[in-house]
Amino acid sequence: MSTVIAPTAVATTAVALGRGLQDNPVLVGGTGSPLVYLHGLSGQAWDGLLEGLSREHRVYAPAFAGADEPDELKAFDTVHDLVVYLDDVIRGLGLDTFDLVGHSFGGMLAAEYAALFPERVRKLVLIDPLGLWRDDAPVTDFIYVTPDRQAELILGEADSDAARKLLALPDEITAKNREIVRRITSMASVLHFIWPIPERGLAKRLHRIAAPTQLLWGEQDKIVPCAYARDFASAIRTSEIEIVPGASHTPQFNDPAAVLDRIQRFLAP
Amino acid sequence: MKTIFFHMQGYRDLPDDFHKKYESVWVTLPSDELCDPRMVQKYLNWNIDELELADELGFDGLGLNEHHQNAYGFPVAPNLIASILARRKSDAAIVILGNTIPLYNPPLRVAEEYALIDCLSGGRLVAGLPVGSPPDSVGNYGLPPSQVRERYYEAWRLIVEAWTRKGPFPFNGRFTKLRYVNPWPKPIQKPHPPIWLAGGGSVETWKFAADNDYTYSYLSFSGLKQAKSMMQGYWDQVEAHGLDDNPFRAGFAQIVVVADTDAEAERLYLPHLRNFYSKSLHVPPYIQAPPGFLSKKSIEFSLNQGVQRGQGRKLLGDPATASWKDLTETYGMVVGGSPQTVAQQLEEGVRDLRIGHLMVILQIQSMDNELTRYNMGLFADKVLPRLRGLWEREGYQDHWWPSGAARNRQAPATGQVPATALAK
Repeated sequence: MSTVIAPTAVATTAVALGRGLQDNPVLVGGTGSPLVYLHGLSGQAWDGLLEGLSREHRVYAPAFAGADEPDELKAFDTVHDLVVYLDDVIRGLGLDTFDLVGHSFGGMLAAEYAALFPERVRKLVLIDPLGLWRDDAPVTDFIYVTPDRQAELILGEADSDAARKLLALPDEITAKNREIVRRITSMASVLHFIWPIPERGLAKRLHRIAAPTQLLWGEQDKIVPCAYARDFASAIRTSEIEIVPGASHTPQFNDPAAVLDRIQRFLAP
Repeated sequence: MKTIFFHMQGYRDLPDDFHKKYESVWVTLPSDELCDPRMVQKYLNWNIDELELADELGFDGLGLNEHHQNAYGFPVAPNLIASILARRKSDAAIVILGNTIPLYNPPLRVAEEYALIDCLSGGRLVAGLPVGSPPDSVGNYGLPPSQVRERYYEAWRLIVEAWTRKGPFPFNGRFTKLRYVNPWPKPIQKPHPPIWLAGGGSVETWKFAADNDYTYSYLSFSGLKQAKSMMQGYWDQVEAHGLDDNPFRAGFAQIVVVADTDAEAERLYLPHLRNFYSKSLHVPPYIQAPPGFLSKKSIEFSLNQGVQRGQGRKLLGDPATASWKDLTETYGMVVGGSPQTVAQQLEEGVRDLRIGHLMVILQIQSMDNELTRYNMGLFADKVLPRLRGLWEREGYQDHWWPSGAARNRQAPATGQVPATALAK
């Protein structure tokens, strides 16, 4: 999954939130029925998956609260606060019902959102979501690891050309520092809600999800093992499991075509 | 000048290949493989013996701190050790630097225990309230990095209010909600024991110290010589707040080793210093600085500093093979040598940085009780007298010293603010 910047197709819509918070810079692209995408651990980006989804949908990809300025996290204590914030963003975009796709931490949030506002989500796709916990297969810590190990956990590989390209920092020093800061603050905004254990009671709420749900999982996910797919599936009313062979916690990076194809087939009316 | 015997309370026998075999000295080092409770029985008793010896040798204060799951120091409950010291008839201060208050819920517990030690000791407590290090707060006690400072400020507010407001009163914090705050007892010292802050050089903490007229102690193992710009940052904050330059506003921790001669000091202590520096600094960046602990401004500041400094400052290299000269001169992390050498370097260092509270670390991890006692004895006999009264003779008073700790209390030479203080 290379980061495809397509400025002609993608625009940033600033959604005002009040309470002294920064506007949310929602990435918007494509035409078709609305689809909200909640990003994973690498932060907000218009990537190949969104590019693909935007061929059939109008895709909205918000940032998370505090991702740019961690000081704003003072206004948030719990995942519930963040889900309500996301609803503010989604209502700010004027969306009524929509498809919801979330990856990793974004998958956890998507499940929370679909449980809190079941009538708003048409179909739900969870890609390797966080949010549950098994003592016999604990979710792996992806913070107390070297940068290479972190890349390996998140992408499945650290030293391939594709991984290096994705993780490369700009040469120019100001741009480079800005990107370093962006990665740190973006991860800080995730840890604020899930450190040290990414489980915040979602299991008690999954039964409320009304949308047909696809659980899309990288077979070799080293952060949230495949076993979790069954736990999600058994708690959600209508669901199907799709395993992407050989793929990591970020299957859309390892096998973009297969992931896009499966999501599009599932979302087709 | 106040000199505090500061005990790190580390594990004294770590394997030689520790830093090669394990990723970190903190958080993840496996207790079952490395920490034998029977050995800890021995070390804890040595630690307390050494603290009691420091009291007898005439140090102005006895210093303790808090760390968890850490081999170079696991003083997991400093108040327990402090209460043993508080029971002794003494006029030395008990300097707890401190309780890591973001870790306690409700932090009322700290207000209570500190008050208890202050009562038991007759008003000899220094109430250190540090933010704490990320390996403890984030790694060991599971706080999200972005919440540590918020929890700190709230805990501080509760503790100070618990000591100073008429109770019972309600406290509605973001993290702590209490209907009835009414601690039994309150401290003997009024309005409360002196609050000391400690840290590793964050601008936020300097500012907080200056905002509240607290004293700040820089705790590191990098030594007086390398701390000039760091301490200047603090003094700049003090000046910007319109406060005076009283050296008792600043504390500093320094590793010190003394022997009869410089050569003897090298022979006796170099193996322990190499051992300590190769193991105690062994904390990977991802444990030291998780995302969200530093503010965005602080990250940008340090990145830009990196640019200015050329991002290639030469470091000590492998501490396991560092020479005596590397440690005591070139990088100056350690003050070591004959009493003459040590006294001179300490005096120069504390004058240069304007340090009023010197925390000397005389027990360095692998040193046994006998060598520790030797180091302490020589220091107390030959070095301590040279430091005593250093600032008081210039007319400075320590407004941050506990009222019940009367040891070596000296009236200032004059009632006037000295000219040197005004000149700054």
